[in-house]
Amino acid sequence: METKFDKTVEILFELKVADVMRKDIISIGPSDMMSQLKKTLQERRISGLPVVKGSNLVGVISIEDLIRWLSDGDADQRVEEVMSKNPQCLYADQPLIHAVKKFDQFGFGRFPVLDRESGKLVGIITRGVIINGTLKKLEKEYKEEEIRQYRASHFFGDISADQKKVTLKFKISGKDFDNAGKASTTMKKNLKRMGIQPDIIQRAAIASYEAEMNVVIYTNGGVMQYTITEDKLSLNVTDSGPGIDDIEKAMQPGYTTSESWVKELGFGAGMGLPNIKKCSDKMDLQSEVGKGTTLKIEILIGEDHEVK
Amino acid sequence: MKLNEIIKSCGLELKNSAEDMDCDVTGGYSSDLLSDVMANAKDGNVWITLQTHNNIVAVAVLRNLAGIILVNGREPEESTLAKAKEEGIAVMSTPLSTFEIVGKLYGLGIRG
Repeated sequence: METKFDKTVEILFELKVADVMRKDIISIGPSDMMSQLKKTLQERRISGLPVVKGSNLVGVISIEDLIRWLSDGDADQRVEEVMSKNPQCLYADQPLIHAVKKFDQFGFGRFPVLDRESGKLVGIITRGVIINGTLKKLEKEYKEEEIRQYRASHFFGDISADQKKVTLKFKISGKDFDNAGKASTTMKKNLKRMGIQPDIIQRAAIASYEAEMNVVIYTNGGVMQYTITEDKLSLNVTDSGPGIDDIEKAMQPGYTTSESWVKELGFGAGMGLPNIKKCSDKMDLQSEVGKGTTLKIEILIGEDHEVK
Repeated sequence: MKLNEIIKSCGLELKNSAEDMDCDVTGGYSSDLLSDVMANAKDGNVWITLQTHNNIVAVAVLRNLAGIILVNGREPEESTLAKAKEEGIAVMSTPLSTFEIVGKLYGLGIRG
């Protein structure tokens, strides 16, 4: 292994043997016969096995041992007479780099993995398993990095105009619980694509969902409009009634006018409007009984507002 | 602790797989009020509830939850499963009550 400290090596230090090892261990007993070993290797298409008594590791046996036994032409023998005793092992809590070094050092195809405290066999590690685990981790980090770098400023940066604004509009049907939340989930995905910071997306998602549910639960329907500019996300929700009688009361946590069947579904707990307020930088609620309600909120997304 | 390890340890029945069953579960939250979950659950939490209608999937998506555990042997509604499949949200079921499953999860080291 080269000592150059690149991304792959970093991952090999970060990952533990336990993160990548195979836990579905195929093993064989010391008093099983070599003919049985031959069958297992063939059926499972593997090239070696740990030899286990109870849950304790007593040896390892590989396809090389099998070939040696076959070429000697002896009669059937017990695995314990052919296996390698006192095998080289790894511990589950060791960094993966130890495993890589061990493969380089010994040239074996696999190592049993033991739990450090109990000494019991908990997994098996092969070169293939290391490659898969490392690639998976690389892919995950690459995706995260891609999302992190592609900020809203980049999205708007690719477009040139005197004023930049994206508007998304969704119609919400009243009492339609089957499609409730669709506008908010769609909006969340769009914000992700635009590379908006995750904490901003989270606050927008909560506020948006509560506003959407209010329209579904209490009104005959309405419209939600999201407007995203370089520095803020605005949400404008309007409905055509019935309107809120006492806004001050409605803003109090726990206050609700919802019917009992709505409550049984887990809605209408009187937390919606307080939740929206908590997630917004600016909130304005106007309502007229018999006419309808308009909710306007703003969430700032400039670089300065990354952490609230 | 990883989601598939929790499923194994608690004997949960997997109703729908997530995109990433190998994801780390950051903690747990138990509530049957959706607004409460929206307000107080945290990213990567597993959510224990008796609600089975499809709105729980939207909450899980919007709140970035690791998965939903339904208690008392409750079955997710058909539309819930369809939505969970579409969104890649893990849905699991246990015959245990909320109290018992939360105790089990706590015993595994999952915290609020």
